[in-house]
Amino acid sequence: MEYFALTNAWLIPLMPAIAFVLIGLFFKRWSALSACIAVFASAVSFILAIFAAIAVIGSGISVDAPFVGHVIWAEAAGLHFEMGMLIDPLSVMMLFVVSLVSLLVQIYSIGYMRGDKSFGRFFAYISLFSASMLGLNISANFLQMYIFWELVGLCSYLLIGFYYQRIAAREAAKKAFITTRIGDFGLLIGILLLQTVFGTVDFLELRQLLPSYIASYGTGTLTIIGILLFIGPIGKSGQFPLHVWLPDAMEGPAPVSALIHAATMVVAGVYLVARAYFLFASVPALLEFIAWLGAFTAFFGASIAISQREIKRILAYSTISQLGYMMLALGVGSLTASLFHLFTHAFFKALLFLCAGAVMHAMNDEADIFKMGGLRKKIPIVFITMTIGVLAISGVPPFAGFFSKDEILSAALSVNTPIYIIAVITAFMTAFYMARLLFVVFFGEKTNMRLHHISCFMQIPLVLLAVLSLVSGLGGYIYDFGYWIRFGAPQPEHMDISIAVLSAVLPLLAFILAWNIYVRKKWSADCIAARMGVLYTISFHKYYIDEFYAVLCRFFIDGIGRVMYFIDIYIIGGIINVISGLVLFSSTLLGKIQTGQTQRYAAAFLCGVIILLLCGILYFNKISGITAGGGVL
Amino acid sequence: MIIGITHFLIISAALFCIGLYGILIKRNLFSILMCIELMLNAVNINLAAFNYFLPMPDLSGQVMILFSVAVAAAEVAVGLALIFRVYRDFRTVNIDKLNSMKG
Repeated sequence: MEYFALTNAWLIPLMPAIAFVLIGLFFKRWSALSACIAVFASAVSFILAIFAAIAVIGSGISVDAPFVGHVIWAEAAGLHFEMGMLIDPLSVMMLFVVSLVSLLVQIYSIGYMRGDKSFGRFFAYISLFSASMLGLNISANFLQMYIFWELVGLCSYLLIGFYYQRIAAREAAKKAFITTRIGDFGLLIGILLLQTVFGTVDFLELRQLLPSYIASYGTGTLTIIGILLFIGPIGKSGQFPLHVWLPDAMEGPAPVSALIHAATMVVAGVYLVARAYFLFASVPALLEFIAWLGAFTAFFGASIAISQREIKRILAYSTISQLGYMMLALGVGSLTASLFHLFTHAFFKALLFLCAGAVMHAMNDEADIFKMGGLRKKIPIVFITMTIGVLAISGVPPFAGFFSKDEILSAALSVNTPIYIIAVITAFMTAFYMARLLFVVFFGEKTNMRLHHISCFMQIPLVLLAVLSLVSGLGGYIYDFGYWIRFGAPQPEHMDISIAVLSAVLPLLAFILAWNIYVRKKWSADCIAARMGVLYTISFHKYYIDEFYAVLCRFFIDGIGRVMYFIDIYIIGGIINVISGLVLFSSTLLGKIQTGQTQRYAAAFLCGVIILLLCGILYFNKISGITAGGGVL
Repeated sequence: MIIGITHFLIISAALFCIGLYGILIKRNLFSILMCIELMLNAVNINLAAFNYFLPMPDLSGQVMILFSVAVAAAEVAVGLALIFRVYRDFRTVNIDKLNSMKG
């Protein structure tokens, strides 16, 4: 059984792929059937993922000795491409998380998308997404990973633009696609460089080749490759300069936001860095760059989330912030902490998004949190689960976020104190804005709106995710997450008391602050906003990054466009026009000769014959003269 | 006066030139066709003359003339048919008016 689960791990991504084909080609019209197919396929791949996990734990497979399967994909002129699967604790953890969250989100979608005209299309896309993400997780080389990476990007485009009738959704889809493409371009160049420098893109082969390469050539080229490779994760995981697509991606349906833009897809970047960590770790400068970028992004995301009004937008910025945390952890050298946070974050962020979806569903797609209020009594199940989610993301013990965040903080403290301080401030801000969200939506004065019923399809995943948000951190801590997923020697899980106390106290302080501002109204929120002045404006307008990009586009791209237009019209067009003019002119000139008078032609013909005859006679005379002269001699 | 090959050639050349002249100056298509026949026959005379003055006479030249005459008859038939077509389309046989191929 274990052997079967390992050798057939490729079935895990294949199942949703089959579901995609079946739904997309045949059953799109039948809503219930397409949902059944999609959920069934996800359930099968989840069960297979569990078997794979059991097999990995049971058969002593570790990060250093993974299970690998290869098939040759293409061979051409010395190039040798393989498709393969790499099963180790890292990929199995990802398979487990992705297939589980994807399964729960699909069950939730049955309730959320009920009555939608494009029900079947939705399940087709979401199956394709699961397939690509799971495929990315078992990829054994960069090339294969890149293919799935692009597929994931495509699904994200399709799902963000799911309500393509809405202009905002279309624009957001395009923005997401183009922005992540910028990152993907860097990644592609990095992969090509790897191929040229090392002659292989296989993870394990690269890991073996790397030490000797560094010993003989140093880390110069490697730094460039690393930076290029890292541009991919910057785009995909919403790190600072390329984060702009993630908040806009909230135009998609809520389950999509939960699945793609919170729990699974955006962590593809983190996963890639973790997968290629041997490469990044060999260049310390690169790691420091990643750490600082992550820290900045974490703070940056939190500082924007604090002033936003739309429920999903707040969560989107919190995702950016948490992804920054994961990058930070990778940067300070703790692969374990980063992936532990990825693991717990997947559950509580999916939970938060699904709760937000449920709230919006109940409120007739109202997104502004200040138009909600007092929902505590009306939808208690959402209130309870969302509270658990908020406690988990804020890092209150014993919820999931506490353990993973604590690990990140202690890793940061041991390496870089300024980054640790930024991380702590961010943790405080995270707790504050999540509390703000919770209090404003569920407490306060009541709305008189009639709420939509929330079906059991939506409730069950919420409850399951809430349970996972509660236990995943503790479970990971008890069962020694760091023994399985690590880089280098295994580190036992430990708890730094001072950090633990700090990360337990900070969220409580933030909760008290938020409670006083938004529930007891001791201090007016508007008053504080006015006092903050410029800071508030900057935060509310998201640091004007979008505006900056718009201006950049206008000046840069439109400028280039204008130059190109000039070249096209006056230089290239000019050359073509001159040539065609010449041809036209000469043809009119030659056309004059063609009078249509047959007798003129005949006369010309006669003249030609006479001239030829004369020439012939002269020439003949000359030749005969020469030969005659020769004869005399 | 002995009639030699030169006389034949002179006659043939004269006929040829008359035909050519006609082709170049006549306006009527029928006249032009007749002039073409004239030129053809000038060549036939040449053939007959050369055949006659061969050192070892045989009939190959005359056979050639027979072929040539037969072909000429066919050519005249086709030419006349073409002229009729032209006349029916353009209502004229004046070659100056037939200049629709003008560039």
